[in-house]
Amino acid sequence: MRALTLVRMIELEGLTKRYGPKTAVDHLSFQVRPGVITGFLGPNGAGKSTTMRMMLDLDNPTSGTVRIDGRHYRDLDEPLKYIGALLDAKAMNGGRSAYNNLLCLAQSNRIPERRVGEVLDLVGLTPVARKKSKGFSLGMGQRLGIASALLGDPEILMFDEPVNGLDPEGIHWIRNLMKALAAEGRTIFVSSHLMSEMALTADHLIVIGQGKLLADTSMADFIQQNSRSYVRLRSPQQERLRDLLHANGFIAVEAGNGTLEVDGVAIEKLGELAAEHGLVLHELSSQRASLEEAFMQMTAGAVEYHAHGTDVHGAGPAPGPQWSTPSGPASDPTSQGA
Amino acid sequence: MAAASAVLQSEWTKIRTVSSTVWTLASALLVTVAMSAALCALMSSTFDDLSDLERATFDPTLISFSGMILGQLAMVVFGVLVVGTEYSSGMIRTSLAAVPQRATFLFSKIAVAGTLALVVGLATSFLSFFLGQALLGEHRTSIGADNVLRAVIGGGLYMGLIALFSMGVAAMLRSSMLSLGILVPFFFLVSQILSAVPKAKEVAAYFPDQAGAKIMQVVPNAMNSEEAAYGPWGGLGIMLIWVAAALIGGYLVLKKRDA
Repeated sequence: MRALTLVRMIELEGLTKRYGPKTAVDHLSFQVRPGVITGFLGPNGAGKSTTMRMMLDLDNPTSGTVRIDGRHYRDLDEPLKYIGALLDAKAMNGGRSAYNNLLCLAQSNRIPERRVGEVLDLVGLTPVARKKSKGFSLGMGQRLGIASALLGDPEILMFDEPVNGLDPEGIHWIRNLMKALAAEGRTIFVSSHLMSEMALTADHLIVIGQGKLLADTSMADFIQQNSRSYVRLRSPQQERLRDLLHANGFIAVEAGNGTLEVDGVAIEKLGELAAEHGLVLHELSSQRASLEEAFMQMTAGAVEYHAHGTDVHGAGPAPGPQWSTPSGPASDPTSQGA
Repeated sequence: MAAASAVLQSEWTKIRTVSSTVWTLASALLVTVAMSAALCALMSSTFDDLSDLERATFDPTLISFSGMILGQLAMVVFGVLVVGTEYSSGMIRTSLAAVPQRATFLFSKIAVAGTLALVVGLATSFLSFFLGQALLGEHRTSIGADNVLRAVIGGGLYMGLIALFSMGVAAMLRSSMLSLGILVPFFFLVSQILSAVPKAKEVAAYFPDQAGAKIMQVVPNAMNSEEAAYGPWGGLGIMLIWVAAALIGGYLVLKKRDA
């Protein structure tokens, strides 16, 4: 039974967190919309976890506010019934059994004890309920953390990097769980540094980099805007090629490394045009921008820890190795490291 | 506001579901009683070797608490772990997400753990007293004698307050290891040594343990020691000020710092 009076909305206004001279979260304002999965995306060190900790009133903001249904977290009566959070899998006392860890939390918010058994069952930990949680694997710890988030049957759920370190089966399980929870009308706010993961689960996207808001958009819009297909041309006679393209009314954009990119024109037509005018082509390939690329381009200027020398393709205008594969890199959900 | 009764119940569950509670409190009781008994038996057999002055100021009540010098360390460990484990395990974030009102959270925990420490402390001091007196033979006193009951109850209060002080320190330092690394040497070595050094002992007399321990003395200048500048209740009052300061400090740290 859902209480109809609840709006289940989280609002951030000008949320800022400074550690000395370093600004971890910089005037962040957005709303987490009710009833959908909102992906909270950003490179490592972008301030996602800090933001989430401030949303739960664990860290004090330097300035700005977070309101949950219009109220400050600290003013929530029995907060586990409003909002459940998985911050990190290790946030339990390992010397206590899984059951007792959850029981302490349940009692503090006057949640009936039978609910402890229910959530353990839901996450599949019933067989180890009486075992000390320090012996748990990362996946089991993650499940215990999710059980604690679900304890109060809350309308809002927050998960910080829930798939981190999980095996494919665990990832699949969490993905389906989030979808099932959203289908029940709950608000879900999930952080990740993997665009591909979000593309599979989120309805709405909030992207941050270096603590600043970079995008607040629906997933559908993001895909539409960013998954364009185009043709890439490379020629030793680049100037002539570009003039030729312009003369034919095609807009060629210089993309670095002596390549030109043309949107919305068939690859055959461009090849024939070059041949007609006797231009030498070193590359003629159709490209498809992946969401991962779009995300990386968006955050390229805002990545704190660059991994030098990686062959991540399309990450900004930096000169990289030349690609001669005709198909170009397709959207690859595993290609992006941290 | 989270209901205080619910938070108290939750903290009681936390305390009774970790094994450190049982072993620290059992150690506090057993070590104190056993060491006190051994010293009482020794004192009883060597009573005639004492100087006249020492015999004249012999305090059979105080001697039956002499094991507390070691037993109190187990109380320190209990107090430190009750608070410090929240930090070392990372549970603090889960706990504060469930009970975001810092005062309700911390003082419920302290109320539950402090009450438990007090109960165990009283059991320890009564057991220590009766066993000690039985072993002192003809030199014994009785619970009905002047000020003796005050000293025995005071021994229990002392143990409870030592645990509370440790909880406050652990809340300020947010680390079990750091807290133990400071408190154990302090109570076992620094305080004991300084209280035997001229000049320094005038300051050491105001340390929480030295001041609080006066409540267990029936003879003010027991064993030919110097009489303190304050009475038994005055001493306990000084200890209470230390405990209050540690707990307030712990609360302020919890309130101000990021979890």
